[in-house]
Amino acid sequence: MNPPAARTLGFLRAEGLVKRFDDVAAVDEVSLSVNKGEIFALLGSSGCGKSTLLRMLAGFEVPTSGTVTLDGVEIASLPPYERPINMMFQSYALFPHLSVWDNIAFGLKREGLPKAEISERVEDMLRLVQLTAFAKRKPHQLSGGQQQRVALARSLAKRPQLLLLDEPLGALDKKLREQTQFELVNIIESVGVTCVMVTHDQEEAMSMASRIAVMSEGRVLQVGTPREIYEHPNCRFVADFIGQANLFDGVLSLDEPDRCEISTPEGVIHVGHGITGIPGMTLSLAVRPEKINIAKSRPDVAHNLFTGTVREIAYFGSYSTFVVDMPSGKSVKITEGNTARQDLSGITWNDSVFFWWSDSAAVTLSS
Amino acid sequence: MLAFKFWPGRRFVIGVPFLWLLVFFVLPCLILLRISITDMGSGVNPFAPLFDSADGVWRFFLKYDNYVAIFWDARAGFGQTIYMDAYATSLKYASFTTLLCLLIGYPFAYFIARAKPSIRPALLMLVMLPFWTSFLLRVYAWKGILADQGVLNNALMALGLINQPIQMLYTDISMLVGMTYVYLPFMVLPLYATLAKMDLSLLEAAHDLGASPWQAFWLITVPLSKAGIISGAMLVFIPSIGEFVIPSLLGGAENITIGRVVWDEMFSSNNWPRASALAVVMIFLILFPLALYYHYSAKQSSTLGVKGGA
Repeated sequence: MNPPAARTLGFLRAEGLVKRFDDVAAVDEVSLSVNKGEIFALLGSSGCGKSTLLRMLAGFEVPTSGTVTLDGVEIASLPPYERPINMMFQSYALFPHLSVWDNIAFGLKREGLPKAEISERVEDMLRLVQLTAFAKRKPHQLSGGQQQRVALARSLAKRPQLLLLDEPLGALDKKLREQTQFELVNIIESVGVTCVMVTHDQEEAMSMASRIAVMSEGRVLQVGTPREIYEHPNCRFVADFIGQANLFDGVLSLDEPDRCEISTPEGVIHVGHGITGIPGMTLSLAVRPEKINIAKSRPDVAHNLFTGTVREIAYFGSYSTFVVDMPSGKSVKITEGNTARQDLSGITWNDSVFFWWSDSAAVTLSS
Repeated sequence: MLAFKFWPGRRFVIGVPFLWLLVFFVLPCLILLRISITDMGSGVNPFAPLFDSADGVWRFFLKYDNYVAIFWDARAGFGQTIYMDAYATSLKYASFTTLLCLLIGYPFAYFIARAKPSIRPALLMLVMLPFWTSFLLRVYAWKGILADQGVLNNALMALGLINQPIQMLYTDISMLVGMTYVYLPFMVLPLYATLAKMDLSLLEAAHDLGASPWQAFWLITVPLSKAGIISGAMLVFIPSIGEFVIPSLLGGAENITIGRVVWDEMFSSNNWPRASALAVVMIFLILFPLALYYHYSAKQSSTLGVKGGA
């Protein structure tokens, strides 16, 4: 039995949300639509307003203006304890004086459920996060990863319509993070709960979320799937913030339906599609480091071929990064996958090199 | 840490207060114990030797009469002594004082702890302000307030609420008002210390899970401030059991507390051994169980208030 499509799309809707602290707008006219069952990430650096936005969804902050609806019901005026929403806190906020079992049962007891049902649901949650053996422990007797699973179990125990995750992996170390993020997604998907998460870590957002909203200075700049925001950023900020990008500024010199050319101080860059712009307008181009090829000898390509001097080489194991200085003074970052165990390129510091990219590699950015 | 461990001054710093306590606390206690087992009655040298072996035979003069007299009366029987009554009275007043201090002090400490950080020092200063004047003066001031022709009665009569003065001075009311007033800061400060360092995201988590503000207070704030409640209660309860000045100045003839009895035995009856025995019994009856309880709960509460995660 599937819910009607109208309810599936835009299950959670925020419209024109504004939150001002004194005169500063922490969240500025944000509108979002989250679909039922998806994991939606709010991504941005600290101070971009993502946490304030999450806290408004949870009910800890009252919006200055704007509306929030969940499954068609206006919730912006409800206090947190009356919302069908649960949150997993960045610090986990586990109750230190209660056992794991009582932490998970806390929300169920507030609902006044019968004892038998509470214990059944707590047992289910403990099995889900594989902590049955730790039910009697106090939070401080658990490792960071275990505490995180208790926090998740506690926030899922009430079967919320919306699960909020505040920097879900922020308190874990790097190795544990990778393992945990898949576990977390598996659990959330097996429960089927709609989820909004906040993170400053783009890898975390990309690997966990089905869609991402990139935020900066209280505004949402772009919403899209991880691939969309990486491959088709809509502005300089997103291109630069998500992954790494070499940005070129220039002027549109040729615009035809199937191709265009941008004149930059570094030379003319060819793009394999039209952009319906006005010749003479200023444009930026973003080229991802991994989409640029590098070689010592001149390759046989017609466009987008440049020269430079290798200033830095950094070996990262699975790939290497080259920083190449162009004659114009601009530095370009290039990454090459280390597909062989030997160094095949033979490129070293201060070498003169050629680098190039295909017509479809660059993204044009108008803002 | 290594350098610190071998720093000779460390022993000195710890040693000096310990030496101080040894000389001025442990030794007096031992002297008290020693006096309490000498011959009872006035006019006897309380420092008379406890044993004599002059003629080669050891003779001990250890007397337990003082202790017997505390618990047993020849006519009334076991437990029916003025001393036992005085212990009971002291326990009653100390318990009520502690309870009143907790009831008044908890909201007090709570709102200071939740006040804007910029005004917290000023509010704490106000809590400690009474200490700037003499304790005796402050207790005397309550006499002026609570007396039949005092400030409060005059005010109530002027307002027409009462026709004749209510007897407040030298009653339970004046005793409890005075004790609660004097000991309130000792309750507020430890409570403030625990409440101020509480992780507020725990309350948000409780609200998030469906607890109303009132439920979150009882289920999260109160249990997590247990350590502060216990130490505040100790700081009020222990000194108010032995309190002498307030019962003497504000208490009536029937409010015979153990502090007043010890004073009377010591200075009116000049019966040092009896007074010492009363003090020793008080220490054993009250302080030891409390010390054990405190030790146990300190151990337990040290595991609380730990923030989850990093």
